[in-house]
Amino acid sequence: MRHILGLGASLAAFWMLLSGSISLDHKLVLGFGVASIILTMFLAIRMDRLDGFPVSIRLSPNLIRYWIWLAKEIGKANIDVAKIVLAPNIKISPRMVRVKATQQTDVGIATFANSITLTPGTVSVDIEDDEILVHAITDDMAAGLIESDMDERVTALELKYR
Amino acid sequence: MEMIIDLASWAFLLAGIFFIFTGTLGMLRLPDFYTRLHAAGITDTLGTELMLIAMMLQAGWSIVTVKLLMISLFIFFTSPTATHALANAANAVGLRPFGVPEADLRPKKTEEA
Repeated sequence: MRHILGLGASLAAFWMLLSGSISLDHKLVLGFGVASIILTMFLAIRMDRLDGFPVSIRLSPNLIRYWIWLAKEIGKANIDVAKIVLAPNIKISPRMVRVKATQQTDVGIATFANSITLTPGTVSVDIEDDEILVHAITDDMAAGLIESDMDERVTALELKYR
Repeated sequence: MEMIIDLASWAFLLAGIFFIFTGTLGMLRLPDFYTRLHAAGITDTLGTELMLIAMMLQAGWSIVTVKLLMISLFIFFTSPTATHALANAANAVGLRPFGVPEADLRPKKTEEA
């Protein structure tokens, strides 16, 4: 009950932020807002996504630091893939590799898999037990991902949540 | 001051256009479904995010910037999820990736048995 009310309150605040006005002159618009909040709360209850499941991501300095690191990695990988695409002859050596995921929680694994996909050149294809199946566009990208400390960084982030 | 902001937002816009163009070119040039996903990733991440940064610079400190920040955050979370869903669906129906060594395609279970 506490979770659903928290979700409703944050949705209302978000809606007010986006609409920029809460004046009662626009009753129709306000009605749409209330209706969509109620619909979202109903869907959240139906999907059983409220009990014990963290609705929000806790913003910590570590998370911000991880985002900055990830942004740098994304930038570097983007330039690498752009070079492949723009080269006169496309030189690729696609690979399918398995990367160990040491995260304990679903949110942790999802964060790691999403980070892999966000980095161009590597896409997470499937999750098998504690390994993520990754498609990489070149040998180098596959090797780079296996060598990178992304997994440890996400796991360190996860321990801070508790 | 205004001119510096304008110049910076022009630089971000042009960089964004360049990466979206590169991503589109990659979609056309790369050989198969999986490799094309990588090219689409360039458009998703650098391309759109650079454009949004340019727009934020133009909007200044206003509610529009907050909205643009929200859009960029949502793209950051939803675009890899969508890419993963596509790759996962292709893998589930057994679409074979182009040029991948045969050893990589062996399922993990038979390797152990």
